[in-house]
Amino acid sequence: MVTTTPLEAELLELAGSVPDPELPVLTLRELGVVRAVRARGTDTVEVELTPTYTGCPAVEAMSLDIERVLREHGVREVTVRTVLAPAWSTDDITDEGRRKLREFGIAPPRVRPTSGPVRVELGPTRTHPTPRDAREEDLGPVRCPHCGSAETELLSRFSSTACKALRRCLACREPFDHFKEL
Amino acid sequence: MTTPPAEGTALTTAALALGDDALVLSHRLGEWAGHAPVLEEEVALANIALDLLGQARVLLSMAGDEDELAYLREERAFRNLQLVEQPNGDFAHTIARQLYFSTYQHLLHTELAAGDGPFAPLAAKAVKEIAYHRDHAEQWTLRLGDGTDESHARMQRAVDALWRYTGEMFQPVEGLDADWTGLEAAWLEQTGEVLRRATLTVPESPRTGAWTAGAGRQGLHTEPFGRMLAEMQHLHRSHPGATW
Repeated sequence: MVTTTPLEAELLELAGSVPDPELPVLTLRELGVVRAVRARGTDTVEVELTPTYTGCPAVEAMSLDIERVLREHGVREVTVRTVLAPAWSTDDITDEGRRKLREFGIAPPRVRPTSGPVRVELGPTRTHPTPRDAREEDLGPVRCPHCGSAETELLSRFSSTACKALRRCLACREPFDHFKEL
Repeated sequence: MTTPPAEGTALTTAALALGDDALVLSHRLGEWAGHAPVLEEEVALANIALDLLGQARVLLSMAGDEDELAYLREERAFRNLQLVEQPNGDFAHTIARQLYFSTYQHLLHTELAAGDGPFAPLAAKAVKEIAYHRDHAEQWTLRLGDGTDESHARMQRAVDALWRYTGEMFQPVEGLDADWTGLEAAWLEQTGEVLRRATLTVPESPRTGAWTAGAGRQGLHTEPFGRMLAEMQHLHRSHPGATW
């Protein structure tokens, strides 16, 4: 990590406080997409933003919102640069972000185990009658954000945005969005 | 307005090849909007198209101005595979095209992501998106192939019809450091495994035709591509520089 000045830390905090344009319950910091803020001189700032998905159309709105907030705080020149590496992962969403997603009715992405035994997959012996979530065995069930049941089924791999899948709870019967692991 | 880098560096050549694949397939998938068999597929195909469009924007920007490259090039200047320009056909054709292309793209991007070339950052990101595309295509291939007599027949027809466009994918592209022979072997294995599981017959016909030799990567395209481009480029060419 490059050293960060107190001013940069403050500006990073400000840029991170901007709500996500599509999921306004989350801030960009909680989503984990603001990578760095670099001050050049006293009133010129460069912000590094990483997209959730390569084609995420919200990036432009995020950039404009960050520029506006920083300008309101006296920064004259703001440049928002999109960076791809290292690739964003849903593991970058903070715990607070996950809690807010759940409260908002969206099942948060499951967290990948970072250590411990690795499962060895044997090939399936027969075709599954219903679409199977191959990630289930590694990551555990997707729980219903409404009632908490682990008994949920996949309705569609894609939902209102590229980052979500559509599922239904078999206990309370409510359909819900699931923020897919990426 | 004249257009772009006929010559150019190896980086440009590779960026155009990958970028045009993503752009053209994105446009084809976008044509399903309003026509997909069920609402979930409407949304799924549009989301896959959006992922591909995002990849195309990054790649074309590596080669020049993304809008000029997308909207002002003539057919012969496009470097995409003939596979991705094939018309949507029925849903089975779209799924077969998705299966062939996403399997290829997943293998290629996995390899590019592992290297340290100029495409590694994008590939590392895109490969995670493509995993969902491949999953989508695989599940539909299984469902249609191992479904009713009608869906099985249609899926087999689609798999057979597009097979001739799959050889081209493994022609080496200048500027891409990849083990093309290894990629092709892995592709044949993975695709064959899905087709067999879907109770379909793996085609044994040639994977290239005399007319496809060289083909898309050299700017030779099939007839439907010109009409697709006309629709894709019409607005931009009629109203140059328009914004809204």
